[in-house]
Amino acid sequence: MTDGRAASPHEITLVVNGVARRARVPGRRLLSDCLRHDLGLTGTHVGCEHGVCGCCTVLLDGEPVRSCLTLAVTVDGRDITTVEGLAGPGGLSPVQRAFAECHALQCGFCTPGFLCTVTALLREHPTPTDEQVTEGISGNLCRCTGYRNIVKAVHRAAELMAEES
Amino acid sequence: MKPPPFVHHAPRDVGETLEILAEAGPRGKVLAGGQSLIPMLNMRLAAPEHVIDINRLTELDTVEAGPGGVTVGALARHARVARAGVHPLLGQALRLVAHPVIRNRGTVVGSLAHADPAAELPAVLAVLGGSVRVARAGAAPRDVPAAEFFTGPMESALRPGELAVSAHFPALPPRTGTAFAEVSRRHGDYALAGVCAVVTLDGDLRVASARLACIGVGPVPLVVDLGADWKSAADAARERAEPDGDVHASAAYRLHLVGVLARKAAERAERTAREAAA
Repeated sequence: MTDGRAASPHEITLVVNGVARRARVPGRRLLSDCLRHDLGLTGTHVGCEHGVCGCCTVLLDGEPVRSCLTLAVTVDGRDITTVEGLAGPGGLSPVQRAFAECHALQCGFCTPGFLCTVTALLREHPTPTDEQVTEGISGNLCRCTGYRNIVKAVHRAAELMAEES
Repeated sequence: MKPPPFVHHAPRDVGETLEILAEAGPRGKVLAGGQSLIPMLNMRLAAPEHVIDINRLTELDTVEAGPGGVTVGALARHARVARAGVHPLLGQALRLVAHPVIRNRGTVVGSLAHADPAAELPAVLAVLGGSVRVARAGAAPRDVPAAEFFTGPMESALRPGELAVSAHFPALPPRTGTAFAEVSRRHGDYALAGVCAVVTLDGDLRVASARLACIGVGPVPLVVDLGADWKSAADAARERAEPDGDVHASAAYRLHLVGVLARKAAERAERTAREAAA
């Protein structure tokens, strides 16, 4: 077996926001770094790099996951949605509009992770209870807002989605 | 905060995985959900030369429920096992494992292999008297009972070159209730202390047996067999617990907690057993 440091890079293909993207990455490349550095998608933010803060949350085949706790090579061939892929052709998604409307962000660093998490949360619970919202966003840290407006935005997004469906 | 370099292996089946593991020996580490291993790599607490990534082994993405219990394959993730709703105590424990997003990736068997003394799932396996199926190249798989599987903090009976392929959680007998009580600094954190309880009633609805498994109060899940004397839960747990103090809580506070939680869990389990029997 070869020594770890001599490992050759891997050719991978990720379908990011509906577009097949190829990258040449070492085995140790985190998905978060692959998105940001190799593919230039800097919307995914990197906070703690050990799974606590939730800033780097992206959707893997529609399910929210920590991109800092996922190797890029592990998800070769899979579908990734980042914050850049949430808006539709008609503009911002209902979740994005609700966050803006309810002032659910201040510095904005945690926002990409919240938007991805909440997008998936509302897909699973289209009319969530307060408890489901709290549980759903419990893995995302925001150091500015105090969360009240984020919780409001989740409910508002649910309303917008119901109105528009 | 980036993993150190390693050779990444992505085997397609269990046989190939075992061959790679055999060759890598102590220089290899299995990657399943990665929700514990990747933080350890990022923080350079682990630096394996070879990472054997089992995420393509769909044959291990299984949850099989039968009359004898539930067998969970090594690639079955927490969220999937919880959704399957196949075991009450497993369900109660999984709600306490980290956050929903982590549960989308982390695996049940991975959590057992990681053997964190404050983790919930090792306690569930221990209190139920379950087992872990361990495979290695060129040998028949062996089933390791929970009592022998957890050997120390973050240490299991898995030897270099071995793969935990599944875990078996025995079914509950009739008229049995379960509960999991824990206290953590923040929701989703590892518990300061926690207790799961299994209480079984006899035909006359008297408590026939009660068992606890306590976490965060020793190097491995502490199993306490209370027999029919379930009301002694708090004292029995405190007598046998050997917690350490750290920045999160003193040893004395953990000892206090484990008693309170033991009583709560036993009471709640007894109540659910009565509901199940009614």
